[in-house]
Amino acid sequence: MGFCAFLLGSRSGIAAEIAPTKFVTANGMTVIVLEQHFLPIVEIHALIKTGSAQDPADKAGLANLVASLLDEGTTTRTSKQLSEQIDFVGGALEAKASEDFTTASARVLKKDIELGFTLLADMLQHPAFAKQEFERIRTQILGEMASDNDDPGHIAMKAFNQLVFHGHPYRWPVNGTEETLHKITLADVQAFYGREYSPSQIILTIVGDITLEQATALTQTHFGAWKKGAVAARNMKNPAPVERRTVQLIEKDLTQSTIILGHAGIPRTHADFYTVTVMNYILGAGGFSSRLMDSIRDKQGLAYGIMSHFDARLMPGSFWVNLQTKTETTNQAIAGVLSEIKSIRDAPVSDQELAEAKSFLIGSFPLRFDSTAKLANVLAQVEFYGLGFEYFVEYSKWIDRVTKEDVQRVAKQYLDPKRYALVVVGNTAKAKVKR
Amino acid sequence: MNGAHRPTMIRLKSPHLMQLSWLILASTLVLAFVSPVVAVEPREFILSNGMKVLLVEVPKAPVATVQVWYKVGSRNEVMGRAGLSHMLEHMMFKGTTKYPKGTFSRLIRKNGGMDNAFTSQDYTAYFENLAADRVELALELEADRMQGLLLDRSELMMEREVVKEERRLRTEDDPQGALVEALFAQAYLSHPYHWPVIGWFSDLEAMTLDDLQRHYDTYYSPNNATLIVVGDINADSLLPAIKQLFEPIPRGPDPKPITTLEPDQKGERRFLLKRDAQVSFVMMGYRVPNFTSEDSYALDILDSILSHGKSSRLYQNLVYEQKSSLAVGAEYSLLQTDPGLFYFYALVSPGQKPEAVEEALHREIRRLQTDPPTEQELQRAKNQVEATHVFEQDSNFRYAMLLGEAESVGAGWRKIDQFVERIRAVTVKDIQRVARQYLTEDNRTVGTLIPLPSKQPEAPSAAVHQGGP
Repeated sequence: MGFCAFLLGSRSGIAAEIAPTKFVTANGMTVIVLEQHFLPIVEIHALIKTGSAQDPADKAGLANLVASLLDEGTTTRTSKQLSEQIDFVGGALEAKASEDFTTASARVLKKDIELGFTLLADMLQHPAFAKQEFERIRTQILGEMASDNDDPGHIAMKAFNQLVFHGHPYRWPVNGTEETLHKITLADVQAFYGREYSPSQIILTIVGDITLEQATALTQTHFGAWKKGAVAARNMKNPAPVERRTVQLIEKDLTQSTIILGHAGIPRTHADFYTVTVMNYILGAGGFSSRLMDSIRDKQGLAYGIMSHFDARLMPGSFWVNLQTKTETTNQAIAGVLSEIKSIRDAPVSDQELAEAKSFLIGSFPLRFDSTAKLANVLAQVEFYGLGFEYFVEYSKWIDRVTKEDVQRVAKQYLDPKRYALVVVGNTAKAKVKR
Repeated sequence: MNGAHRPTMIRLKSPHLMQLSWLILASTLVLAFVSPVVAVEPREFILSNGMKVLLVEVPKAPVATVQVWYKVGSRNEVMGRAGLSHMLEHMMFKGTTKYPKGTFSRLIRKNGGMDNAFTSQDYTAYFENLAADRVELALELEADRMQGLLLDRSELMMEREVVKEERRLRTEDDPQGALVEALFAQAYLSHPYHWPVIGWFSDLEAMTLDDLQRHYDTYYSPNNATLIVVGDINADSLLPAIKQLFEPIPRGPDPKPITTLEPDQKGERRFLLKRDAQVSFVMMGYRVPNFTSEDSYALDILDSILSHGKSSRLYQNLVYEQKSSLAVGAEYSLLQTDPGLFYFYALVSPGQKPEAVEEALHREIRRLQTDPPTEQELQRAKNQVEATHVFEQDSNFRYAMLLGEAESVGAGWRKIDQFVERIRAVTVKDIQRVARQYLTEDNRTVGTLIPLPSKQPEAPSAAVHQGGP
């Protein structure tokens, strides 16, 4: 077992290689450029600092509807023309909203870089929001919601968020609900776009076979005329804590119970983020070496997959464990999850667990940006959360300094085996879930 | 991992991925061949025991993927033991004398790597994604478990439960997964593509240690395997290490070829699947040739014209114009050991009839049979194929998968080089010809998911219960 002796001292060289250039344009757009010349491809990735958290309370799904309409026609190109132009060169255009931000991106071969910028800039600056496209996409999203109800995991997550984010912007699914989607008008879409989309709200990340000079010139040509807008005010809000054990059972004719158990979490910029990352790795994020996997899957054979998550967002997100187990073992699995949550609070983790968690988190860091698209995504989010590009150099230090005492402290502080939300989707009568 | 037509089993997907249906996976993880626009060609070596080694130097990031592909999948199973290959894949993580249970993944993890495995109809593959300077650890561990796997009765009993949970997750409780399984069972009567990769419940119950041991002894030998390393490596300095680790493993017997053929289909087959579901789903599978046929190139382009991108025919007509489907697609992979299915699928919009959606699919097929596609459509499809080849190499993992798949189904990675040339030569007449020859009524199997109302009404708001402490 000579390989066990590997130490992780040689990583700083790797991190230092990610050295992007950042500048801000005259109209206020943040631009990040990273040259990568191994393959003739370019990723142009726009992060817009708005998402479903900015939806009006009764119009959940608005940010997503706006994003979905970006590539459905501009003032000079129909929906079909946009798709024909990008498909003809084998590229891809995408737009997607999430809770805190929206992304719109173009991925093209180097020879098509001009087209990539043209289409992405057109989508972002001149969306047409035609009435018939608005109606069509809204109907499409409503249909997808119906289809989502064939996915027990989706049903469970939707219910869980409503329990944990009661009265909070993260409460509803990004695509809204049937009720709220029906309330959205075309005027709402136009107003949201007018308010939320402007150069100062955008982080444009360009990664690939392009020079800094080219990227700068293309940005100026395609985005330079976009009028500077005001920076939108943002209210930050913490979710109200789950006050007691809250159980929601959703009856569905299934052979397995889909279980989600958890409560509120922490924001991405929290000082304890890295300590929580280490603790969560040991608890249930560490794949086959996590405690939950070892106990629930390997020792008891209760589930195919089980994982714990700290979804750290701009505002505090949530912590949850999810798994599927056959109806008959629902209570056994829930008890197993709670027991692991309890034990990581009650006793320090072992030296070995801590060392292995750290060495995975540090050693696997480069795998997080091993493709152009992943790299563009990570760079944009590092900028969005204000982590600074030293993130790429310092990450290993932030992980490495975590101690056993720190792990137990954050387990006690951020995990609660008594006050949590529990959602079970399945044959809940037969499962006899304890209330 | 790559959709329905080759129901590949990933041993563990992240719960985020679990929330995606196979439909989404199918549309994002479609494999295609690599063009001559390859940044670096693989270097091929054959070890003294017959193991093929492909090494690709990609210095763009300090990472690598190590993959070992065995030419064994559900097509190598027999009636009554469906799912044996996939079960063995799970058991491959149970340890050897040198690296006991739990050691494998722990060692990979503590060295910053991620490991997993997947099984398809045609192959079983194991992989480690890790920092390039840890490649030798992955090699050592893979060489170790190529022989001397410890198969333990109580471990089998435990893992059987895990695989049953996996089957519940993917098939029993997933209406679309259930329809895919039924489609293959109907389209193939005698060939092993008839049964699902994950196996039937009763076959999983019946599996014994002897079955697993025999399967392992038959198929897990260097002469039935391909080792692929793609990443920031130096082939010349890595090769000696590979030889040292793998060459001591003796050559095994050559597995007997699978000779069962599927007779020609003589007449349409139709079936319904009625179960608790929200939306209807339609699938149509046509029996078509694989890479061994010249027609496979025209079929590949045909697939592209029908379903690649939002400007493709199926999306434009069924989703955009008629609004009868929420999602629609066609799938064809020429990388199959035996002839597979060219299949269509449509997720029916609420309020629309599956019969009307099926008819719309037939109409698109008839259009291609009557009038050839335009030159513009043909050129778009060719451009998409070529661009996909370049994008594919952006990920070491995906590129290694492509090589592994080409090798494991018997096409060989060199065939990849010819692919774009052949694709470039496809004409609109070729496309019309293959549409007429293969996409016929007598050659198709049509399956429709008919949603039944839930047994008990869903009333989530009424189901909130609170309790202490």
